[in-house]
Amino acid sequence: MTLTPEIVQQIAALARLELTPAEQDLFTKQLNDILLYVAKLNELDTTDIPPMTHVLDLTNVFRADTVTSGLSPEEALANAPQQQRQAFAVPKII
Amino acid sequence: MALSWQHLSIHELQPLLRGGEISAVELTTAVLDRLSSLDEKLHCYLTVDGAGALAQAQEADARLAAGEATPLTGIPLAIKDVIATKGLRTTCASRCLENFIPPYDATVMRKLREAGAVILGKVNMDEFAMGSSTENSAFGVTRNPWNLDYIPGGSSGGSAAAVAADLCLAALGSDTGGSIRQPASHCGVVGLKPTYGRVSRFGLVAYASSLDQIGPLTKDVTDCALLLQIIAGHDPQDSTSAPLPVPDYSQALQQDIKGMRLGVPREYFQAGLDPEVEQAVRAALRHCESLGAELVEVSLPHTEYAVAVYYLIATAEASSNLARYDGVKYGWRHPEAKELLEMYLATRSQGLGTEVRRRIMLGTYALSAGYYDAYYRKASQVRTLIRRDFDQVFETCQVVATPTAPTAAFRLGEKIADPLTMYLSDIFTISANLAGIPGISLPCGFTSQGLPIGLQLLARPFDEPTLLRVAHAFERTTAFHRRKPPLA
Repeated sequence: MTLTPEIVQQIAALARLELTPAEQDLFTKQLNDILLYVAKLNELDTTDIPPMTHVLDLTNVFRADTVTSGLSPEEALANAPQQQRQAFAVPKII
Repeated sequence: MALSWQHLSIHELQPLLRGGEISAVELTTAVLDRLSSLDEKLHCYLTVDGAGALAQAQEADARLAAGEATPLTGIPLAIKDVIATKGLRTTCASRCLENFIPPYDATVMRKLREAGAVILGKVNMDEFAMGSSTENSAFGVTRNPWNLDYIPGGSSGGSAAAVAADLCLAALGSDTGGSIRQPASHCGVVGLKPTYGRVSRFGLVAYASSLDQIGPLTKDVTDCALLLQIIAGHDPQDSTSAPLPVPDYSQALQQDIKGMRLGVPREYFQAGLDPEVEQAVRAALRHCESLGAELVEVSLPHTEYAVAVYYLIATAEASSNLARYDGVKYGWRHPEAKELLEMYLATRSQGLGTEVRRRIMLGTYALSAGYYDAYYRKASQVRTLIRRDFDQVFETCQVVATPTAPTAAFRLGEKIADPLTMYLSDIFTISANLAGIPGISLPCGFTSQGLPIGLQLLARPFDEPTLLRVAHAFERTTAFHRRKPPLA
């Protein structure tokens, strides 16, 4: 088994997710099944094969730095769970 | 209304609208009526904008009367709920976007509106387009119109089912690993995933950005070409859209396929392929041969690795893309969290569904320190090999023909408990996304139970004209696309 429940817990913390004990067990099993499956990639020798990061030959796509209209503050805030003085409000950080 | 509009496609309705034989309001009303009587059991729609659609239809009638009709004037469409529609709720079938109202239109929406389309509403999908059955929707499953106990496919299951059941004239979907083609196949409609970069992704809620493409789901190939014509093209707002001219796709529909070389990859006809699917696809290939095409056996040797590559790359990209659902700027926020970290954890854990969290976890792991080379980098290298397979095959043939999926639609609930089995249902569609090439699925038969079977055609990057040409040559000499599901 590649992933222990403890590692699964660590990944969840990195991804800002919280797992119930039942979910932790389920994900541990399922993620191990998936990792066991993807290990088949190791059958292939990929020395000197460049990784493909993108299918198109595009690099540094530039456009003229023209000012266009964007969203108004009201529009940008319209979906905010909570707002205050034209800003997104969040619970206290410290 | 005497006119039996359900049996008509967009290109068949265009002249009737222009000739005044049916008005846009009549057509939209008829589709909305059908929707309200049938969608209770099918559940294609998450949001129906009846009032908005009728207002757009009225405008369409005014333009038709003034002789100012554009290609889609008065044509009622459904939009997958992953595409931003200004002022119209866009949920991605997720609790965390249940009340999200986009302040802008996706580029494809702007183009559809400019072409005169009537937008009926937003259709169901797997949450954030992650799934192959539409069972991962937070708002309930969509049923396959051909048999209500079966899945419609996914993730664009609502789009495919709505087109098959005539709850719209056509729909937009999105395809990251087969999410347009597989449901199109399972619902007996035409579905096209364009070349990566052919259609702007601006306003498409991101799942895996190097793989996602928007495309049409339609009743026939002519409509598919028509919709692609409208949505394709470079967009300054999507830096990954290709700065290439858009050809006239209707031209492609005029040509025959005499002498065209169709590659048949042996890796797609091996164990795991349902015998009835194989039979239908082989018959379709023979039919193409009778139309003058030449069948060439080819090999795509890295096919068996595609699912593994996909579930590392797509989940890695997803883990990054979905970090934005943190309850700060938009979307649902857990109401009781007292401090910031607690808010993130509670919001994401309760706002995102199980499959979405599973993929975020897998992607986070694949990108994490110490595992990046073993998983993400390795997968990206094998992705290169998969692309090279296609480059090589396309030196000897113009189109590759395969089954769209290894089986017809499966039963609701059949695979939902086993993610890996579900992932493997995308085995024939995933390679096209990894390689960035275009693919189309079109109806080519039915199982003994009456479930549709799809033929998939793949072509070189930006060679949608050849795909449409072969698909149309097949369609106009067969009648599979005319068959209707047994609905009231």
